[in-house]
Amino acid sequence: MHDKTLTELKAGLHAGDFSSRELTEHFLDRIKRHDGELNSFITVTEAQALQQADAADQAIAAGDHRLLTGLPIAHKDIFCTEGVRTSCGSRMLDNFVAPYTATTVEKMAREGAVMLGKTNMDEFAMGSSNETSFYGPVKNPWDTERVPGGSSGGAAASLAARLTPGATGTDTGGSIRQPAALNSVTGLKPTYGRVSRWGMIAFASSLDQAGPLGLSAADCALMLQAMAGHDEKDSTCLNEPVDDYLGALDHSVDGLKIGVPEEFFPDNLDGAIADNAREAMRELEKQGAKLVKLSLPSIKLSVPAYYVIAPAEASSNLSRFDGVRFGYRCEDPKDLEDLYKRSRSEGFGAEVKRRILVGTYALSAGYYDAYYKRAQKVRRLIRDDFSRAFKDVDVIMGPTSPETAFKLGAKADDPVNMYMADVFTIAVNLAGLPALSMPSGFINGLPAGTQVIGNYFQEGRILNVAHRYQMATDWHQQAPGGFA
Amino acid sequence: MSHSGNWEVVIGLEVHVQLATDSKIFSGTSTQTGDEPNRHASLIDLGMPGTLPVVNKEAIRNAIRFGLAVNADIARRSVFERKNYFYPDLPKGYQTTQLAEPIVGAGEVEIQLENGDKKVVRIHHAHLEEDAGKSLHEDFHGQTGIDLNRAGTPLIEIVSEPDMSSAEEAVAFARKLHSIVTSLGICDGDMSQGNMRFDVNISIRRPGEPLGTRTETKNLNSFRFMEKAIALEVARQIDVLEDGGEIVQETRLYNGDTNTARSMRTKEDANDYRYFPCPDLLPVMVSEEEIQTLRDQLPELPDARKARYIGRYQLSDYDAELLSGSIATARYFEAAAEHGGDAKLAANWVMGELAAKLNAEDKDISESPVSAEHLGELIQRLKDGTISSKIAKQVFEACWNGDGGPDQIIEAQGLKQMSDSGELEKIVDQVIADSPAQVEDYRNSDDAKRKKKIGFFVGQVMKATQGKANPQQVNQLLQEKL
Repeated sequence: MHDKTLTELKAGLHAGDFSSRELTEHFLDRIKRHDGELNSFITVTEAQALQQADAADQAIAAGDHRLLTGLPIAHKDIFCTEGVRTSCGSRMLDNFVAPYTATTVEKMAREGAVMLGKTNMDEFAMGSSNETSFYGPVKNPWDTERVPGGSSGGAAASLAARLTPGATGTDTGGSIRQPAALNSVTGLKPTYGRVSRWGMIAFASSLDQAGPLGLSAADCALMLQAMAGHDEKDSTCLNEPVDDYLGALDHSVDGLKIGVPEEFFPDNLDGAIADNAREAMRELEKQGAKLVKLSLPSIKLSVPAYYVIAPAEASSNLSRFDGVRFGYRCEDPKDLEDLYKRSRSEGFGAEVKRRILVGTYALSAGYYDAYYKRAQKVRRLIRDDFSRAFKDVDVIMGPTSPETAFKLGAKADDPVNMYMADVFTIAVNLAGLPALSMPSGFINGLPAGTQVIGNYFQEGRILNVAHRYQMATDWHQQAPGGFA
Repeated sequence: MSHSGNWEVVIGLEVHVQLATDSKIFSGTSTQTGDEPNRHASLIDLGMPGTLPVVNKEAIRNAIRFGLAVNADIARRSVFERKNYFYPDLPKGYQTTQLAEPIVGAGEVEIQLENGDKKVVRIHHAHLEEDAGKSLHEDFHGQTGIDLNRAGTPLIEIVSEPDMSSAEEAVAFARKLHSIVTSLGICDGDMSQGNMRFDVNISIRRPGEPLGTRTETKNLNSFRFMEKAIALEVARQIDVLEDGGEIVQETRLYNGDTNTARSMRTKEDANDYRYFPCPDLLPVMVSEEEIQTLRDQLPELPDARKARYIGRYQLSDYDAELLSGSIATARYFEAAAEHGGDAKLAANWVMGELAAKLNAEDKDISESPVSAEHLGELIQRLKDGTISSKIAKQVFEACWNGDGGPDQIIEAQGLKQMSDSGELEKIVDQVIADSPAQVEDYRNSDDAKRKKKIGFFVGQVMKATQGKANPQQVNQLLQEKL
């Protein structure tokens, strides 16, 4: 049952092959048996899941089939869930039981989804390896000595190990796509403003976007169909009609123009990674797509621009964690300053502190123009580069990550090396575009992913491209051994 | 200490105006005051993780209304920014405000001084922002309580150019702003509740010299305190400079009870607020149509009201300025004039008797025990001769003390003017009969002296009638009989 996609499970529920309760118990059992090894969940909400499953079974019996009725989903622990601890992977929120529910979680629940629990993540979504979590690192199910990527590492790893058939994540600089690539699952970051940010704990507000991770593009389409849409509680959530993502999956790619930016294949790129992405594009060429070489010159500047903008926004977003109203508070504060200093020093981990310091510096008087303002200019240049490119092509493709999963701890003392690996994913966030990563094979037994970037609100198009690719390949169907 | 003359005073104001919207600027929570702490603290007001702001459109419209009232440029695009600092009553660790792109640009306000001189004070800009909560230091056994009911209440901060050169000008400007925002109905103007707060930037210099170092004085919750605080700070700065000292750029807190001020913080303790555009809010875009609609719907403003008083009610410039200055006074005056049917009389009563009583009892006109309708009734009785102006004051006093409306009082206390000339004639005859010596003296006097001497008889008649006789009628009768 656990090797089936969400789409297949939906059909099975509909046909009465099994109940939502059976399905939910099956995955809860798998989490119990295997997550000790992977650490992909922070909280498992068993009782609540079974309740939701029973409600779904009643709905199915009554003929009420919604998009996700009875399907188990794991939510990244960045989404507020009323009555359930919402830790954001941080000691700061280890005691935080959210008093309300994020729009994304609520919309999926309204469509009948069953929440299995909350997945592990880098602390406040800051990291690319899931090693910064207060709850310990997540292990990559393909090789448990390796990282699953991050920050949605728990989501991608639990999915790859088939501990959940669907998951939500968030992507600020690649946090859905990179772990998707490193775990051989499909992950979509929608257009900025496509999915509500209400109830999603902010890292960098102008870049954060929630999206689905699934075993296939079709599964991502199914979940996005439930997640997308306007929310009046989020001023940056756009009031654009939601396309029929499922309906667009089977469209032909004959004549599709795929842009191949030279910047995604730099000379120093690992040849195996480059070949893997080229092979994926060749597969689409076979189906009639045309490859168009192009250049996005400004994206070279995306890593430095991102590592100014994201920390700057984070330094402000994380000011509310001050020990006064919620979250961690130090023992016996002497006075107000002591309360602030110790609560924040003890509540935040090293990577979060590093980014708060960088962001505070970038915004401070005398440095604002040199850093923050210039980074915003770079951002505009990047956006312009993509806009120009999308006049000539339908989608843009390249490798998702310049490397496969690395060993736990390998980059512990080299944050800059870690940041540089975000080079292919970050420009998309700076531009606000939709992009997905799909499994495209293995290098030395480790998964590799290929990224498909679309123009604004072209989620349907990139899901369609990935689906056509997955119709012709079986990379996405391969599961890691050892989690029977 | 005596000050050697020729110091020039330079004053600029920063005015926080609490907008009278029903809900907060970013959360939709009620702005109701007076309830128990944190009754109106929603998830957003608490700064809960994952919450987001949505701007209150009415707050934006109110800011635009203010801008239009002071002939300011209205920004077609304005941007909310975050001002970052830690404070317990600031839940998010930043205040959402505007800096580089405020909604209201440069404008101006004309003020009039006691001597009739007029002066234009320029507005640098006005921006929208959210208020903070309150820290409560009592009742918590050495700890501090936080009340977030006020957190997120919309404010506009109006920043003037340093165009004022005396306390009088600063107060006139402050009063004018008060009058404008209350006339617009965008603020209730209650300074005692902090709904309008004035911070005064003061520096002094010798004429012709560049601007001196300025200080900022806060906590001025009445116009009287503002005037006193400015005088105090100007005197202090002159003392410091004349003693060879230097002015330190600082924020000072004024205490109205003791008429003293103390330094709150100096520039050295100033935060680096790390302003940057708030990524949770889109730029505020305002269309020409919206601006035009708001312009068309603007209520009458103080200057127009004053012109109307001069034109329609034939009031003097001075009277018109005084009566149109405050919306509460203007409303009172107009209701009294309407009801009484005589604007001039209404003006005299509002600025005379009523103002004196309000002043003596330190009351605002909105708290006057004599309603505008009752004053109008009183004016009617004066005009139709039911009572004399002397009795009218007596009736006003009784009305002030809660004895009822004028008609009721006149009736109950028998204060109606004697209109029966037969009865009055009898009393006049009696007075003449009782005062033979004075009659003799009167008859032997020339016309000029008679005019003075008749006063004795009038007085006697009024005494006999307990003031209820019509003085003109008494005069006429006496002249005939004598």
